[in-house]
Amino acid sequence: MFKAVVTVMLKKSVLDPQGAAVERALKSMGHSGIGSVRIGKSIEILLDGRDEAEAEARVGDWADQLLANPVMETYAVAVEKLK
Amino acid sequence: MSRRVSAAVIVFPGSNCDRDCARGWEAATGQAADFVWHKDGAMPDYDVVIIPGGFSFGDYLRCGAIARFSPIMNEVLRLARRGSRIIGICNGFQILTEARLLPGALLRNRDLLFICRDIYLRVENARSDFTAGYRPGQVIRYPIAHGEGGFTVSPAGLKKLQDEDRVVLRYCDPEGRVAPDSAPNGSLDNIAGLINEEGNILGLMPHPERLSESILGGDDGRIMFQSIFEAAVGAGGLN
Repeated sequence: MFKAVVTVMLKKSVLDPQGAAVERALKSMGHSGIGSVRIGKSIEILLDGRDEAEAEARVGDWADQLLANPVMETYAVAVEKLK
Repeated sequence: MSRRVSAAVIVFPGSNCDRDCARGWEAATGQAADFVWHKDGAMPDYDVVIIPGGFSFGDYLRCGAIARFSPIMNEVLRLARRGSRIIGICNGFQILTEARLLPGALLRNRDLLFICRDIYLRVENARSDFTAGYRPGQVIRYPIAHGEGGFTVSPAGLKKLQDEDRVVLRYCDPEGRVAPDSAPNGSLDNIAGLINEEGNILGLMPHPERLSESILGGDDGRIMFQSIFEAAVGAGGLN
């Protein structure tokens, strides 16, 4: 069994009003040194597979089809083998 | 020439404007629309298909992302290719972009709020099958009710929409001025509604069905349904 984590983020070119609101909140709390804040989502999938590479390829296909919308989002997949 | 136009309203789990759309259609055209369940793998060759607003599949993941994989969407694609008129309203617009039948995507509203109120639209293209009953530049009032209505598309995609005159409705103020702050949701180029290249698919965030009879407080939306009806009649009926 493998655990895949798909991290979906809005494209850099797309305005992220949630991230901007949190950024303003952190700054108004007095925290300094903040460059920018962006908010995305994390999708955890447990799945069977031959090996990490095969599991990652399948999850990548799912991300292309459903989990992310390439018009406004990018994604990254990280896979680990569960003991 | 047959004045009979067949129309269907698609119903997904979580659709909540399906009955309003059917009523609006019937009030405007005098002809009843059928309801078609999203699980249906086949439907007749309807002249008009309405994809209504709501929260299909709870808006989980992204608005419209799961609905686009419902079996009925293969049929919507088939009817789109044969030239039927397809209109996606609000969540229906989101479903059409997710299905890539229309370009772009709908983002969280600029101010992160769900906005439910009447807004003003300027008719930018009054030659489309969906807007031919309006005057060019006419200012009309439709309600909006959405949290994710900020249209976005790539710079090249935006230029193509503009060059091909496919932005049919823009958010404006009551005097018809189009300025960034007259788009309540932060929509790119104030885009409220657009058509596909072939001109037979319209997606829009505002709700024509919610102001389609005077008893509702206005009937600007009725003209949209009548325009679609007349376009379908003018095409001689596809059946």
